[in-house]
Amino acid sequence: MTGARIFLRTFLRRDRWMLLAWAVGAVLLYYSQAVSVDGLYRTQAEFDRAAASMEHNAAFIAMAGPARALNSIGGQVTWQASAFGAIVAGLMSMFLVGRHTRAEEESGRDELLRGAAIGRYAPMTAALVTALLANLLLGVLVALSLWSYPLALADSLGLGLGLTLCGWFFTGTALVAAQLTASTRSMYGLSGAVMGLAYALRAVGDIGYPALSWLSPIGWYQAMHPFSGLRWWPGLLLLVAAAAAVVAAYALFDRRDVGSGLLAARPGPARAGRGLHGSLGLAWRLQRGSVVGWALGVLFTGLAYGAIGNDVGDLVGDSKASRDLFAQGGAGLVDGFYATACLMLALLACGFAVSSALRPRTEETDGRVEDLLATALPRREWLLGHTVVTVAGTVAVLMGAAVGLGAGYAMVTADPGTALRLSAPVLQYLPAVLLLSALARLLYGLSPRVATLAWLPLVLAVVVMFFGDLLRLPQWLQDLSPFEHLALVPAQDFRWGPFLALAALAASVSFLGQSAFCRRDIG
Amino acid sequence: MTGVAHPIEISGLVKDFGNTRALDGLDLTVEQGQIHGFLGPNGSGKSTTIRVLLGMLRADAGEVRLFGEDPWREAAALHRRLAYVPGDVNLWPNLTGGEVIDLLGRLRGGIDEGRRAELVERFELDPTKKGRSYSKGNRQKVALVAALASDVELLVLDEPTSGLDPIMESVFQEYVDAFRDSGHTVLLSSHILAEVEELCDRVSIIRAGRTVETGTLGDLRHLTRTSVRAELEQPPEGLELLPGIHDLEVDGTRTRFEVDTAELDDALAVLLRFGLRSLTSQPPTLEELFLRHYGDEVPSEADDEVLGRR
Ligand SMILES: Nc1ncnc2c1ncn2[C@@H]1O[C@H](COP(=O)(O)OP(=O)(O)OP(=O)(O)O)[C@@H](O)[C@H]1O
Ligand SMILES: [Mg+2]
Repeated sequence: MTGARIFLRTFLRRDRWMLLAWAVGAVLLYYSQAVSVDGLYRTQAEFDRAAASMEHNAAFIAMAGPARALNSIGGQVTWQASAFGAIVAGLMSMFLVGRHTRAEEESGRDELLRGAAIGRYAPMTAALVTALLANLLLGVLVALSLWSYPLALADSLGLGLGLTLCGWFFTGTALVAAQLTASTRSMYGLSGAVMGLAYALRAVGDIGYPALSWLSPIGWYQAMHPFSGLRWWPGLLLLVAAAAAVVAAYALFDRRDVGSGLLAARPGPARAGRGLHGSLGLAWRLQRGSVVGWALGVLFTGLAYGAIGNDVGDLVGDSKASRDLFAQGGAGLVDGFYATACLMLALLACGFAVSSALRPRTEETDGRVEDLLATALPRREWLLGHTVVTVAGTVAVLMGAAVGLGAGYAMVTADPGTALRLSAPVLQYLPAVLLLSALARLLYGLSPRVATLAWLPLVLAVVVMFFGDLLRLPQWLQDLSPFEHLALVPAQDFRWGPFLALAALAASVSFLGQSAFCRRDIG
Repeated sequence: MTGVAHPIEISGLVKDFGNTRALDGLDLTVEQGQIHGFLGPNGSGKSTTIRVLLGMLRADAGEVRLFGEDPWREAAALHRRLAYVPGDVNLWPNLTGGEVIDLLGRLRGGIDEGRRAELVERFELDPTKKGRSYSKGNRQKVALVAALASDVELLVLDEPTSGLDPIMESVFQEYVDAFRDSGHTVLLSSHILAEVEELCDRVSIIRAGRTVETGTLGDLRHLTRTSVRAELEQPPEGLELLPGIHDLEVDGTRTRFEVDTAELDDALAVLLRFGLRSLTSQPPTLEELFLRHYGDEVPSEADDEVLGRR
């Protein structure tokens, strides 16, 4: 193990800000559930009524977990946060392990280090310990934050340490994946698939096939029943499974060469297909996975919102504050809720639009754009190919959101007419979403170094939407978010004016970005 | 053919990155139908020059002409006539090598199918691997096959063989040679001196963003020293008075010295006067030639020491 300690220290140093961000995210995920539930209901009777309606919503249960003690704050926190918390811990573990093992080997830096006198297992062990410590930090902070809320200490600890154990399990599977695959991308793919499977097994299990939930580590975590009769033994299952995965990873490591994986990379076509032609063909090829992924992601999110159906009234409770939040502009509660849901889905779609507009930046910083621009392909055309994919992809992602929301609503209410009226308004946010991606293009056009600032307008839009009135942000600041200028359809009537104005603005900003790109140095 | 005698003409090129001056009045002229070596120490500005030449970077001052036109304004049209291979080839992780070759060929406006197949075979390239699973040398082969299989008049190569093994290196040389023999032009930046010696008709050496020497290898050799050992019938006299003599040692009838190659003729004439029994003269190695231009000082030690210092 020579060198493992040195590696560990370096990793912790390198990751300290990233770890802090994950920890803050996880704590917010749990803590904010407590806060939001607490404010929603005025009386316990009201809370009981809301809980009763949630308990029978299969879509909710599939999304979150088994419904237990939903009429208590602790029960709500457990229900709303635990499955997603497990995924968050899993993702963090996967990135930590991937970045220090498979990615290092892939880049060849690892080989450089192995030339020095260090133990064979040192980098892997240090990565493992880093991930274990990170998950411990996550769990302890979550437990402490809930205890300080105040919620019961033992149950808070159960919920927090269960999260740690889940993270440890996914650390183990990520470490196994790092031995099997030869590239970081496929390692993330494999680890992600394990998490997806764990989540899906418990979703189906919780709806009505309890045996399946017992096949899922997330199911074990939720079977610890924090705040509804805490028991510790399912945590032991997680611990044993995590240890088994780690042992398996070390055994696999002994069977492979450094730099390679046990699963050989699959060969691809020896010739390019017809579609791989010109800037548009290439841009589509590079971004199609992300377009499809995001479209499916918002489709399922929309489905989840839509599946709430007309139960909105029961869920949000009778308190004036919550009624105000959703009943915008005097319209009914259902319309108000779906107007907000449409806006949230549109903000999600911005995630695709901005990252897609930044894709050319990756191409440039990874040094691939020069090979292309040294051919007869003009700069303008290269960027235009990506722009077309971004715009068309944004339309596809918004359509996915609208279809999901409508289908979810139609499924529980059998009322497709209303479903269309409630979901179609997602599409009216197209110019606002495109404006954010156009700003990203403009920043990239000016310089790839400043391009990541393009995420700031999205952060602003999210903050304004969720906290604008709460924090009493000045009006001019709120007006900077393009979403503030569009009507909250269906709670309000659609207005052409701001729609067209934003569309024109987005087109001009995008054009400026294209022009700036043609005038600057590459690389 | 185009009728431009100098496909590449650069004079007084200046390029700044913020406060650092990467190119400081660089000159470079490449003759039609020749392989032009482009040499210089790390960070001297070779890649920067090539990127200006390809219209990636805008020149801060000076004249740059590619096929007689401005590469910044006419980039795409001019690129139809050339192929570029960088030293660091970065492929798309999820495209195969074969797909990349076809893509680049299509973007250049067509690829010679027969030559493509031949090159893939000669370079022993597996075109079905994904970009992320190629080694450095194989990534370079992908770019080389794409470049050599396309129908162009000019190859711009920036350390194209830094990852190739010796067998592949000789395949590369064969194709570049044939490309030149069919009347085309090559700009070749390289640190591999054997390759330069084998291929290049002319070379330009740059240092700190400036051209310090241009000419054929013969011309450049002329500017350095030849080392001479001789055994004579009588002890020599007057050698030290000759211009261009360095490190002279006389030991009875034996002598050794170094002489500026341009003055070699006079030195030999003196030796002949003292009756020549045996003579070994060593022309400067390429290493010496470059060290002289790369470093600040002309190295005066014996060959092996010079090599040892590299
Ligand atoms: N994008 C950039 N920003 C800032 N400085 C740069 C940039 N590109 C190059 N330089 C600087 O310009 C100088 C010339 O670099 P260049 O890459 O042209 O050298 P080179 O001759 O190709 O070297 P090598 O033989 O190592 O490839 C170096 O000092 C380098 O640091
Ligand atoms: Mg270089």
